[in-house]
Amino acid sequence: MTLTAEQVAESLSKEADDALLSINNVEVIFNGVILVLRGISLNARKGKITALLGANGAGKSTTLKAIAGLLRTDDGEITRGSVTYDGRDVTHTPPDRKVRDGVFLVMEGRGIIQDMTIRDNLRLGAFTRPGANVETEIEEIYRFFPRLKERKGLAGYLSGGEQQMLAIGRAMMAKPRLIMMDEPSMGLSPLLVKEVFGIIRRLNRELGISILLVEQNANMALKISDYGYIMENGKIVLDGSAEELLQNEDVKEFYLGGGEERRSFLNVKSFRRRKRWL
Amino acid sequence: MNSELLIQLLVNGVIVGMLYGIVAMCFVLIYKSTQVVNFAQGEFVVMGAWVCLSMVVSMGLPFWLAFLFTLAFMTAFGVVVQIILLRPLVGEPVISVIMATIGLSTFMRALMNWIFGNSAVRFPDVFSQSVVSIAGLNVETAYVLSLVLSVAVMGMFFLFFRYSRWGLAMRATAYSQQISQSLGIPIGRVFAMAWAISAVVSGIAGVVIGLVNAVSNSLSFIGIKVFPAVIVGGLDSVIGAVVGGLTIGLLENLAEFVDGQYLHIGNMYSVAPFYVLLVILMIKPYGLFGTPNIERV
Repeated sequence: MTLTAEQVAESLSKEADDALLSINNVEVIFNGVILVLRGISLNARKGKITALLGANGAGKSTTLKAIAGLLRTDDGEITRGSVTYDGRDVTHTPPDRKVRDGVFLVMEGRGIIQDMTIRDNLRLGAFTRPGANVETEIEEIYRFFPRLKERKGLAGYLSGGEQQMLAIGRAMMAKPRLIMMDEPSMGLSPLLVKEVFGIIRRLNRELGISILLVEQNANMALKISDYGYIMENGKIVLDGSAEELLQNEDVKEFYLGGGEERRSFLNVKSFRRRKRWL
Repeated sequence: MNSELLIQLLVNGVIVGMLYGIVAMCFVLIYKSTQVVNFAQGEFVVMGAWVCLSMVVSMGLPFWLAFLFTLAFMTAFGVVVQIILLRPLVGEPVISVIMATIGLSTFMRALMNWIFGNSAVRFPDVFSQSVVSIAGLNVETAYVLSLVLSVAVMGMFFLFFRYSRWGLAMRATAYSQQISQSLGIPIGRVFAMAWAISAVVSGIAGVVIGLVNAVSNSLSFIGIKVFPAVIVGGLDSVIGAVVGGLTIGLLENLAEFVDGQYLHIGNMYSVAPFYVLLVILMIKPYGLFGTPNIERV
């Protein structure tokens, strides 16, 4: 199908209207020399779950940190492109301002402050909302995650799953419009992964929070997502609705661990060749 | 055994130790939240003492007013130092930052020498009674004030870090700058605040020491004493800093006692804490209260 220029422009602008957050052609360089993101563009749509999938080292975490503005502590910077949130350019907005505007990143490895109590971790989530009634809100979080209420003591002694829940609860304390999750399934048992994904879906459906979900567990992520992007070597190589991606043969073979027939690694090259559209 | 002298020295040890403790707390505060080793901590102490003294002596202000002015001045001073000297160095190697604080220490010492002279000056009598009677004991008012202020400062530190929003933010920043940024904490402001608090509290210590002794540039020796205190307690522990300070204060005075009564070596007072420091570094390199990381995945 060929599109006229008007149609393309129309579809692009329609897409941009839906987008709560969009990044356009962003390039990120670390230490002044290491090119990690090579012009990546994606949209996180309002009220939807968007998945960003890819293997280790593809640049998924870097993408999220670039959006949140946390690259400086890693000695990286956005050298090209722009980040737009809610219609405004926020490419170089300081990270604390972004949190106040409603973009919250749950970092890889949960980012729990291990030597603080659970309650203090939750209180920190509301840091950007000084007037908030923190105590009642913490009770609400405990209703969402009853298990956190039972646990006493330092957050560092929680299990991985509980830490993930604490991280999500802390994000909720900031009352964000968009939560970015960096590999929430990391290091969790399959049962817990299921539970965590259930929670993410509830955040989206019940609280109306838009989600940008970075995952290696493509199968689980696509099942709860509306739209997905697949990333390799600092670039988006494929995108589509979650159903489309789940049906796509290449995705099936390389990310979902299936495919029509078993192929040996020798044939991987054919996939590499076929990826020329990228 | 001269028990009266011993008691006197022990009381002395506690009072001086508390002061070491609060200066050490300031040092730990900066180290924890900004990863900077502040070699100018002793000069902050002297600065506070000089500012308060000159307000009292040359401007003729009442002591309490001068004291409040000193607090305000030191707050501003801490923020300015952070913004001018340390903010540009964020992300630079540790050694550069250390050199910068050593430079700051030299600069401040020279500046104070120039402005305030290098002779010792006593505070005029700021209390109506120089001695108060507590439970039948006559205690110098300055000592009481010193103890009260030290305890008050420690209490405020505790409440601040345990309950206040910014105190939590500071602890989070100490834990991880990136995580605290992801929570929306403006770490630049946290850094400035750490320096401000550190300067103010050191200034308080300076005024108190100035009241007890006299004010002179040699008061910056406290900055040196802070190192054994901090290392005894553990570089990253605020409570450890207090315990370390007390330990060093008591040790000094005990060393003085043992030396004066039995050994007659001389100067044990200033050397003993550093022997302890060496021993502690050998057996517990992280200090008594240095936090081992919680390992659980």
